[in-house]
Amino acid sequence: MRITDENGRRMPVWEIVLRYLLLIAVLALMIGPFLWQLSTALKGPHENIFSSPPKFLPADPTLHNFERVADTIPVWDYALNSLKVAAANVVTNCVGAALAGYALARLRYRGRKAATIVFILAMLVPVEGIIIAQFTTMRELGLNNTLIGVLLPGCVSALNVLLMRNAFLNVPYEIEEAAFVDGANVWQRFLRIALPAVKGTLAVVAIFAFMGAWDDFLWPLIVLSDPDRFTLTIGLNYLHGTFANDERLVAAGTVIAVLPLIILFACLQRYFFRGVGEGAVKG
Amino acid sequence: MKSTTASQAAPTDLATAGAARKEPRPHGRGPRRGIRRQLPTSPWLFAAPGLAIVGIFILYPFLSTLNNAFTDKRTLIEGDYVGFANFQELWHDEMFWIGLRNSTLYVLGVVPALVILPLLLALLVQKHIPGITFFRSAFYTPVVASIVVVGLIWVWMLDERGLVNALLEAVGVGKAGFLSDQWLLLLSAMTVTVWKGLGYYMIIYLAALANVPRELHEAAAVDGAGAVRRFFSVTVPAVRSTMVLVAALSSVAAFKVFSEVYLMAGPTGGPAGEDTTLVMLVQRVGTGLTGRVGYASAISVVVFVVTVALMLLVLRADRKEDA
Repeated sequence: MRITDENGRRMPVWEIVLRYLLLIAVLALMIGPFLWQLSTALKGPHENIFSSPPKFLPADPTLHNFERVADTIPVWDYALNSLKVAAANVVTNCVGAALAGYALARLRYRGRKAATIVFILAMLVPVEGIIIAQFTTMRELGLNNTLIGVLLPGCVSALNVLLMRNAFLNVPYEIEEAAFVDGANVWQRFLRIALPAVKGTLAVVAIFAFMGAWDDFLWPLIVLSDPDRFTLTIGLNYLHGTFANDERLVAAGTVIAVLPLIILFACLQRYFFRGVGEGAVKG
Repeated sequence: MKSTTASQAAPTDLATAGAARKEPRPHGRGPRRGIRRQLPTSPWLFAAPGLAIVGIFILYPFLSTLNNAFTDKRTLIEGDYVGFANFQELWHDEMFWIGLRNSTLYVLGVVPALVILPLLLALLVQKHIPGITFFRSAFYTPVVASIVVVGLIWVWMLDERGLVNALLEAVGVGKAGFLSDQWLLLLSAMTVTVWKGLGYYMIIYLAALANVPRELHEAAAVDGAGAVRRFFSVTVPAVRSTMVLVAALSSVAAFKVFSEVYLMAGPTGGPAGEDTTLVMLVQRVGTGLTGRVGYASAISVVVFVVTVALMLLVLRADRKEDA
């Protein structure tokens, strides 16, 4: 096989070998910990998980630990809670950010600049610094310890609004003008012309909204107090704190939490990379 | 999703826009009615949900944090204005200084690693050799995994009887108390932060590297510059603004570190709380039935101020190098 660099020159064999060796070393470093966790989760109750030297392959692989997690904490309920919050976060962010982004990019009205500044300021506020006040606000609204309370503060993120605004700004204005002349009202222009043109950014917003909600830790930790309503991340922390003596259980719990994301990522990795690239350019 | 129903019209260029124009208008409305149907309120209807959420849950809490910092508000007690009393107390609070020290050390430890290592990684995965997409995705996996999962994986790896210690023992180095020693614990948490962030910043650098003109490398190669020389005199200057961006993003994130240390050191912040970070302190002081909302807000104000100062510092360093 001929491997060439971007100038079409042939890469020397030593460089190819060196590159792959380095790639494999980094691969082991980045993926190894996940595989070790999976291996621990699959090891049976009679297998020594502390053996020295460590054993990477379970001698007698079993799914028993996953059942035991479910006996210890309601892990499937927690996963369902996380799924509800994450799915709702996708819908609210896509709808809310698309609507507001369109208003900022395309509609003319007094106060548009002020609205844009509001979103920019909101993006700059460090969430870690306002969680106590968010918590107080949520209590005043009577939404503490509910999944709605977990969802609300991030359900239309300012960053997503600005991402959508930039995407709408890049759609040629003439197309909408033509539709306007043909009598399309603002909703028709939004739904049938502008929105289909920014599907890529919308996908990025959807993916990051899902991940952000599924992965969030600090805010659910503060807002949820009742173990029946925990999301998966808080449930895992609880599992770790209460039953830290059996690593197999904690490992099985983390596998349950991370597997859906890895599968989602594997299917949509194209969009991930585009999303980070766009975020970097516009950040 | 709505986009599927609307996608038939997808007019991204003029040809398809023309096709869309030929579509019969719904209910046969004339062009003039369309203009009239855009009510003056509708722009605000579009922006309202976003403005409401951001206003109620971001800007209002921000302003009330600034306000609460000057009160002795507690979880279920309104409290009174106490002027600068919270800040005076902070000055004498040992835990506050521990938190500030640890958050600052975190920035100093994490930022240089996150500016340099992902750049090297990006150079490694930049060439389109067979299988490179797989490697890129694999290196990105820790970014995708939630911080709790990552934290618990490393707690297990770095445990007294965990994999890292078992390997260290097998090669004869002996065990280390990664999760029990105050400084090793902080260092371990930093390592986890760097490990999780590598892939993210790698992609940012990849985007920047794609914009480096190839001619520069070729010219330098013709002049006889080796790979190392070309890295320092071509690549680094070309991605310098990206390095500043990465420094800004990672320093702000590092100063606000919570989850990694919380998971690895436990809610109380390791031995005698010596590994507490500022955000951990905010969480510990401000929540629960006895939560001191006022005092926690004062710590939050310090977090805001340092965060803004960090951004300005990085940006100023950037400008100096330009001059």
